Amino acid sequence: MVPLSWYIILSAVVFSIGVVGFFTRRNLIMIFMSIELMLNSVNISLVAYSHYLQSMRGQVLVFFVIAVAAAEAAIGLAIIIAYYRNNPTIKVDEINLLKG
Amino acid sequence: MDMSSGFSLLSIRPIVPELTMICTALILLLLDLIVKKKEVVAVVGIAGTLVALYGTLRLYGFSEPLTVFSDMFVLDGYSNFFRLIFYLNVILTICISLRYMVIEKASFGEYYALLIFATTGMMIMASASDLIVLYLGLELMALSTYILAGMMRKQPRSNEAALKYFFLGAFSSAFFLYGISLTYGLTGTTNLKDIAASLQTLNITGNPMVLLGLIFMIVAFGFKIALAPFHMWAPDVYEGAPTSVTAFMSVGPKAAGFAVLGRVLFSAFGAMQIQWDSILIPLAVITMATGSIIALAQTNIKRMLAYSSIAHAGYMLLGIIAGTPGGLASTANYLMIYAIMNIGAFAVVIMLRREGFQGENLDDYMGLAKSHPVASALMLVFMFALTGIPPTAGFIGKFYVFMEVIDAGYTYLAVIAVVFSVISAFFYLRVVMYMYMRDPREEVALATSPSMNFALAVTAVMILVIGVFPSVLLDLVKFSIPGLL
Amino acid sequence: MPGTYIPSDYLPVLITFLLAAAIGMGALVVGILLRPRRPYAQKLTPYESGNPPVGEPRYRFSVKFYIVAMLFVVFDVEAVFLYPWAVAYDKLGIFGFVEMMLFIFILLIGYVYVWKKGAFEWE
Repeated sequence: MVPLSWYIILSAVVFSIGVVGFFTRRNLIMIFMSIELMLNSVNISLVAYSHYLQSMRGQVLVFFVIAVAAAEAAIGLAIIIAYYRNNPTIKVDEINLLKG
Repeated sequence: MDMSSGFSLLSIRPIVPELTMICTALILLLLDLIVKKKEVVAVVGIAGTLVALYGTLRLYGFSEPLTVFSDMFVLDGYSNFFRLIFYLNVILTICISLRYMVIEKASFGEYYALLIFATTGMMIMASASDLIVLYLGLELMALSTYILAGMMRKQPRSNEAALKYFFLGAFSSAFFLYGISLTYGLTGTTNLKDIAASLQTLNITGNPMVLLGLIFMIVAFGFKIALAPFHMWAPDVYEGAPTSVTAFMSVGPKAAGFAVLGRVLFSAFGAMQIQWDSILIPLAVITMATGSIIALAQTNIKRMLAYSSIAHAGYMLLGIIAGTPGGLASTANYLMIYAIMNIGAFAVVIMLRREGFQGENLDDYMGLAKSHPVASALMLVFMFALTGIPPTAGFIGKFYVFMEVIDAGYTYLAVIAVVFSVISAFFYLRVVMYMYMRDPREEVALATSPSMNFALAVTAVMILVIGVFPSVLLDLVKFSIPGLL
Repeated sequence: MPGTYIPSDYLPVLITFLLAAAIGMGALVVGILLRPRRPYAQKLTPYESGNPPVGEPRYRFSVKFYIVAMLFVVFDVEAVFLYPWAVAYDKLGIFGFVEMMLFIFILLIGYVYVWKKGAFEWE
């Protein structure tokens, strides 16, 4: 049996990879995937806790997170495409219309 | 076990307002396919909100909180009061956006449906007594507002605002979820009351992992209510989004964020008040400082109001820092007043926008008093209220928050807040000075409409009435959230 | 026995995996070791049916694919909620049935909306 702490460490590592990716990547799609990575790391830990605690709440939340992540992906990509239509770049450094 | 035996229509009574709002939004989506005139969609949206308001008023009198769905959803005075803020917010926003969205060539029926969806999300957040429901309400609100911010599809500014809002919003949601998962793992539950009980029975209030979960959640809420240093998105998004949406999201998500922050901290982590106070106090000071000082340098009025809303978040946070029911009530009271005065100010900003003229620069307000004395007088009232000058409601809001925080023993915070209020007077009153003491550079025409006039009249009258007779609002607050001084 | 559990039922699967990987990798490694390597420019150009290559290897998909994919993802994930409901159907009874019908009805409204907006039309 894999002990609980391994899952929690895995989840923390994946979450950290997501956070680092969010700040260091310069491509919108890669940033977006970093966010998905963060959400999925939460799913790992929720399922692990749920099994460890023998309670269903964690798994219920995972269902909702998956559904919300799908909706978020649809909206996020729609916003990226709407942006791309007016400004053909997906490089973060070139997104600088609003500042001050 | 047959769950249907324990089910009756009466038991879903607490969620009737939410159901009404969801039905309204779905009807709007379908109506938009049939009806060409967007005004019809808007009017149906307002009508649906009024029906939900009626439902809330019918449910207002209960002294005992009503819970439903295995304690996941609670209806009490607290959530009812916040619902009133959300109704006011959405109705006024629809009123001020009718003509504006036509001018921006972004008059879609979906706009109104999304406003209602976002409001439903906020209502669910205010009533959630379980982190799962809280997350769902948060996402319903957030996903709708991401689209609203990008409603002007043809304008790069709006695209960029939506993009930034989406990425930082999704990032903060992930933080929130990680906080939930830590809390769930350590306490074994997601129900706020059970979390409080677990923290006591397991005696883990000093556990660093519990604190880490709490910090993750505070960071996520900090993004939503634009607390410094998590405020970076706010000025860009507020400037780029359609002005009516800026008005909507400078009030709604902020109020909803404070509603959940208050509920999570008080009912789940009440035993850890020393810990979260030590996190929130520096945040509040930085927030007030950032908002007030950077606003001085702004030349775009939407951007200036964005920094002003950041500063106001700092003042509101003081009520939560006080950590008493009275403090929470003073924050709710402040939010209601802030909603009124902020939407009023944005309504005047919207009036200056017409075809081929942005009307967002402070220079555009030069000499406005000569050509449009009524609009200038209204803007004067809103600016005085946002500063917190006595005969207006803004003073009442600040006064009660400061009283509560002094009463809780944080006199120095009240002093700091007063200092930053004085600093904020510089940029609010600069607008007034531009309007009354400068000469107009060019003729500015106003884009008025009956609904806009209605919204302006309602906000201005409410500000003055609450300012002169504060008991009108305070009695309601005291009734809803007992404990205000 | 926590910590010492080995899922022995899956041992054959693991062995199959290792064998498959070993054979695949082995064939490649043997090929690299045995074949003569005499590269020149003509040989290194990408092969495209004997003709000189035309255009970029990476080309952009039409944005229409995105709409189809997006609709698929949204409606597909909603089906996730049907499974736990179906498993617990006996226990939930008529209450669960009505709730699920409401859920599907709301999805239906979304479907009608998408349809009327013309998202299903390719041209």
